Amino acid sequence: MKHLLGIENLNKDQIMNILETAVSFAEINQRQIKKVPTLKGKTIINFFAEPSTRTRTSFEVAEKRLSADTYNIAVSGSAIQKGETLADTALNLQAMGPDAMVIRHSVSGTPQLLTEIMDCSIINAGDGFHEHPTQALLDAYTIWQRKGGFEGLKVALLGDIYHSRVARSNIYLLNKMGAHVSISGPGTMLPKEVEKMGVTVEKLPKYAVQDADIVMMLRVQNERASNLLYPDVREYSRYFMLTPELLKLAKKDALVMHPGPANRGVEIDDVVMDGEQSVILEQVSNGVNVRMAVLYLLLGGADK
Amino acid sequence: MKLVVKNGTVVNPLVGKTEKTSIVIENGVVTEITKNPDTKDAEVFDADGLFVAPGFIDIHVHFRDPGFEYKEDIISGLEAAAAGGFTSVCTMPNTKPAADNVETIRYMYERASKGNGVKLYPIAAATKGLKGESLAPIGELAEGGAIAISDDGRPIQNTDLLKRVMEYASTFDMMYVSHSEDLYLSETAQMNEGYYSTVYGMTGCPVVGEASQIARDCMMAEYLKLPIHIAHVSAALSVDIIKFFKERGAKITAETAPHYITLTDEALGGFDTNTKINPPLRSEADRLAVIKALKEGIIDAIATDHAPHHQREKEVEFNNAPSGIVGLETALPLVLKLYHDKELTIEKIVELFTAGYKIMGIKGGKIEVGAPADITVFDPDYQWTVDKNMFKSKSHNTPFHGFHVKGAVTATIANGKIIYSRDF
Repeated sequence: MKHLLGIENLNKDQIMNILETAVSFAEINQRQIKKVPTLKGKTIINFFAEPSTRTRTSFEVAEKRLSADTYNIAVSGSAIQKGETLADTALNLQAMGPDAMVIRHSVSGTPQLLTEIMDCSIINAGDGFHEHPTQALLDAYTIWQRKGGFEGLKVALLGDIYHSRVARSNIYLLNKMGAHVSISGPGTMLPKEVEKMGVTVEKLPKYAVQDADIVMMLRVQNERASNLLYPDVREYSRYFMLTPELLKLAKKDALVMHPGPANRGVEIDDVVMDGEQSVILEQVSNGVNVRMAVLYLLLGGADK
Repeated sequence: MKLVVKNGTVVNPLVGKTEKTSIVIENGVVTEITKNPDTKDAEVFDADGLFVAPGFIDIHVHFRDPGFEYKEDIISGLEAAAAGGFTSVCTMPNTKPAADNVETIRYMYERASKGNGVKLYPIAAATKGLKGESLAPIGELAEGGAIAISDDGRPIQNTDLLKRVMEYASTFDMMYVSHSEDLYLSETAQMNEGYYSTVYGMTGCPVVGEASQIARDCMMAEYLKLPIHIAHVSAALSVDIIKFFKERGAKITAETAPHYITLTDEALGGFDTNTKINPPLRSEADRLAVIKALKEGIIDAIATDHAPHHQREKEVEFNNAPSGIVGLETALPLVLKLYHDKELTIEKIVELFTAGYKIMGIKGGKIEVGAPADITVFDPDYQWTVDKNMFKSKSHNTPFHGFHVKGAVTATIANGKIIYSRDF
């Protein structure tokens, strides 16, 4: 495997291999000195053409713990803002001989475009509404650690499915691993024919959450034209927020997950977010383990 | 100067004949159609085993000249047309300046007169600057030689203005060509809305955006008792609406493009910007409905919507890429697939490639004694691989690069002169 562009083209074995590899990095991340020389001498560029705190930092932490040399580029301050095309920027970066580029971009398919221009490994850190593979992998890792497997689990995925790359990557992954996904969100946030992706579509969250093992919330993306997606926050939270009452419909030991950044009081109630069932911060910790595993498998000379 | 196209199978649907015969051309005009031609002192083109058809016409191309000559200019566009078997083309008005003034129309004719002999008929803007706000000087544009009017790409959204455009244009016998699109629905869209836009994570525009505007424009044509031509029909629902209005007796003609019968929205999976087209590639059900509409005569013509864009404009993030693909040089083999699949007869295919004469009121469309010798000779069985680097067009934006196809233009004859012949 040279690139990680999405979950769609991974098989079950490849996914399990990444999760199992992440276990050994989890151990490293528990140590006093959290650094190994695995990627010493490797150069990784983090190219974030869209704002990101969590994912960018998580990748950078993972890269540094593997001893790679890392460089961060944001679009503000890059040549793209001065009118250079992405293709030219990519060619110039390629000329500096990186081993990998981690890319976040608002346009679906841009990581794929870069694989056609650059020679290095391309890791998709989120493209448009398309895929966010490392998020799905860290979610899977969290579920796997907590539940011991995926087969037969019921996962409720709630909120803005339409604009969510997290949703798409998770749907692919959970289906491949034998879990069942039920989704719910306002009609404006459900993409067309999404049921063909192998999910059950429920009108209201209460039906999707019923007996769920996992309740996975998605962020309401306020930066989108939200007045065309829902009337206001009051109404959104009234029908689609994960409240303690709603969570009671799920299994007693159901996990609450959120890829962040969360809007407290909009899609998730404070009490739930900070409650015992929430594994939201654990997801963030696991993100480092999983990203180290991905980088190692793509760059660490794990020859296959 | 005498040319004999010898022993080809002459497909002449408007005359109602398909027969193996020879065509004698003198001074640019067909002088004889005979099985025993006198080839003395004549250049002989051996068409044995080939089809010989009236010159194809493409009623929907973008030649980018004036204004965007780095994508295509009139000379290169006419070369691409000849290589695709076309002897006449109608150019859309979205040049810079737009073809909303008679000087630009005259410039186009002037440039085309320096070309290879393929005839160019400009379609002029319906509104000033293609802005959809006020009437273009349609009378003067008609006088200058514009063949029809259209705001292709920026369709008139204001229905009152559409009515006035059609009413005013009728004075000068100018027909409105409708690029049917609800611009609100398509504003941020990158592709057709459906399963694949969901999977690829892109904003989609539903079929409704096209079909609702076709319905509006057909209603207006029926109400005003004026003809209208519907450009690039891509969807099943659009076909049904056109059928409905045709059956009511409205004067409606319609075209589709080769890509709508070849590809579907699934093709956007590689995020190749050469699959970004407007109207977008639709579903498989739509593709099949468009083929059926060709068979049943609901769609009258094949037009390419040849839309050249420079490689650097297409080699960008998907959302930043302009819509459109070049089409002139791949049209025939893509449509001939329907002949090989036994969906359409060869007569029907020739009719679809020459219907522009009927739709746009251009003279020609048949091979007959006394008529200008515009003739397309093609081999339906020749197999080849599309190589965008071989295009005569300045632009190479095609999703068909590497496609194995069957059928090729052997020669294109305009005014009795062989202006293109393929090196096999």
